Amino acid sequence: MTAPNTVATDVVLKLTNVHSYYGAIHALRGIDIEVPRGEIVTLIGANGAGKTTTLRTISGLIHPREGSVELNGKDISKTAAHELVVAGIGHAPEGRRIFSRLTIYENLLMGGFTRTKAENLEQVEHVYGLFPRLRERASQKGGTLSGGEQQMLAIGRALMTRPDVLLLDEPSLGLAPILVQQIFGIIREINSRGMTILLVEQNALQALSIANRGYVLQTGEVVLSGSSRDLRENEMVRKAYLGED
Amino acid sequence: MTALPATSEAGGARVPMGASLKPLLRLVVPAVFLVGAYAFMGPEQFVNALTRGAIYALIALGYTMVYGIIELINFAHGDMFMMGAFVSLTFLGQILGLTGSITDIARLAPLLVAAFFVSMIVMGAIGVTIERLAYKPLRGAPRLAPLITAIGVSFILQNIVMLKYGPFQTNSPKIFPSFDIVIGSAKIPALSVFIIVVALSMMVALQLFISRTRLGRAMRSTAADRDAAQLMGVNINRTIAITFLIGAALAGAAGVVNGLQYGVSRFDDGFQAGLKAFTAAVLGGIGNTVGAALGGFIIGFIEVGATVMGFSRWGPAIVFGVLVIVLVFRPSGLLGQQLGERA
Ligand SMILES: Nc1ncnc2c1ncn2[C@@H]1O[C@H](COP(=O)(O)OP(=O)(O)O)[C@@H](O)[C@H]1O
Ligand SMILES: [Mg+2]
Repeated sequence: MTAPNTVATDVVLKLTNVHSYYGAIHALRGIDIEVPRGEIVTLIGANGAGKTTTLRTISGLIHPREGSVELNGKDISKTAAHELVVAGIGHAPEGRRIFSRLTIYENLLMGGFTRTKAENLEQVEHVYGLFPRLRERASQKGGTLSGGEQQMLAIGRALMTRPDVLLLDEPSLGLAPILVQQIFGIIREINSRGMTILLVEQNALQALSIANRGYVLQTGEVVLSGSSRDLRENEMVRKAYLGED
Repeated sequence: MTALPATSEAGGARVPMGASLKPLLRLVVPAVFLVGAYAFMGPEQFVNALTRGAIYALIALGYTMVYGIIELINFAHGDMFMMGAFVSLTFLGQILGLTGSITDIARLAPLLVAAFFVSMIVMGAIGVTIERLAYKPLRGAPRLAPLITAIGVSFILQNIVMLKYGPFQTNSPKIFPSFDIVIGSAKIPALSVFIIVVALSMMVALQLFISRTRLGRAMRSTAADRDAAQLMGVNINRTIAITFLIGAALAGAAGVVNGLQYGVSRFDDGFQAGLKAFTAAVLGGIGNTVGAALGGFIIGFIEVGATVMGFSRWGPAIVFGVLVIVLVFRPSGLLGQQLGERA
């Protein structure tokens, strides 16, 4: 894992004027985002704003029609998704998407698909350290896990790729409040060990409480960005996303 | 079991019904079936059923693997089997100039190996090319588009062979000598034993490949969830190409076997065989490789069983009748486990 870097200009991920489409649907309309190394950056916004599309564009599941995505200073906007796993992008996708027929351990090994056996044996221990529950249930099939456990597995599986930046798409979705607390605690823990995280959330209050900075997305555009503190105090954010009026 | 895994939304634990009974049934039911069939048909017809079943099973594997990974019913797959037979007869008959059986095992063995090698390699290459040119560009298209394309590919393959070899049967050199292995009072053709052994070895090798290797894991994960597989670092384009390669190579092997067994081939042989092999794949549970092999053998037994009972003309009707009955009671086939339901 990379040590946190103190140089303010060390940007892991940089999106410049990114436009992404689903056929004729113009889902991202010129997005600019920067993710500094060692930070948690959150992407908030209503359903359909384009948060998931942004993450899918970064991890290469879709390619932008215009604009650039840079990872560690290198343009990756045309790189295939499977190559970006090697390049350093770990993505725990929306809906978890774990392999329900495989056991927890096999799911984690799938995460280490591009890695050597020795690397995986070491990294599995690291993941079990973060999520002791996964160790307890290592030989249980993914499909039999509860929602919270599946989310832990999805995050653990993404960590198995040993990423430079971890993309998390609504990890708290559908979880009971106590589990939401737990998941956010773990995200903070992973970050404190040096991992850069881009966190997509609808749960804006929670997300802003652990993030260094945030971007507010609306219909495919960034409408607001700044430090988490500024966003939390912003009138519009309070009204729209923090449920105040 | 190597069904490529399917993802499903699952909250709580799923407890399979009669969990302790199932493995036992899986052994007892086939054993009872085999003993019954043997007693009913006699050893010669029993082996005959296994031989036919082996050919159907080899073809069915290609249907089921391709369906498992890209949810395409590859209607051209039966024609790949037919082409495999023509590659084999071209190689043995026209290039090597062989006509009859070769009794010298020291000559026969390398020729057999070469025939399988050539046919499997050529068909594998054709399979990959077809995937690249005809199916890959349609990957994001509605399901009907690749399906119709597959029917088109089927016509193209048939017409290529008809142009080159004409509309009538072409002889395929039966290089395997016809002698029987006598066990007690039963006489079993050595060729049948050879075919069954070759086919079973390929099936076992395929199972090991899918369940034990890195590429096998890539295939299973791509079948279960293409996006998730990519996020693990799986190159899905290559994985899908390899799936076509293996399926087509197995069809090529089935073509060689068919030539050795029946000695003739015609441009439209792929239609009937393909239909029955497809039925086998559905019967066993499409997407499930063990199911496809099982389905192939079951269809072999049904056909030969019908002949033994004097209903040989009813063979196909009984085959499809059994399919209908199975699907009514088990819509996902005998071994179930549909692939590719994406979460
Ligand atoms: N597979 C798809 N095909 C077509 N349109 C899509 C697809 N996925 C998302 N969209 C559209 O793109 C927009 C952004 O969606 P998404 O990125 O999923 O938003 P969010 O994650 O913020 O809820 C929405 O208008 C959505 O309807
Ligand atoms: Mg989303």
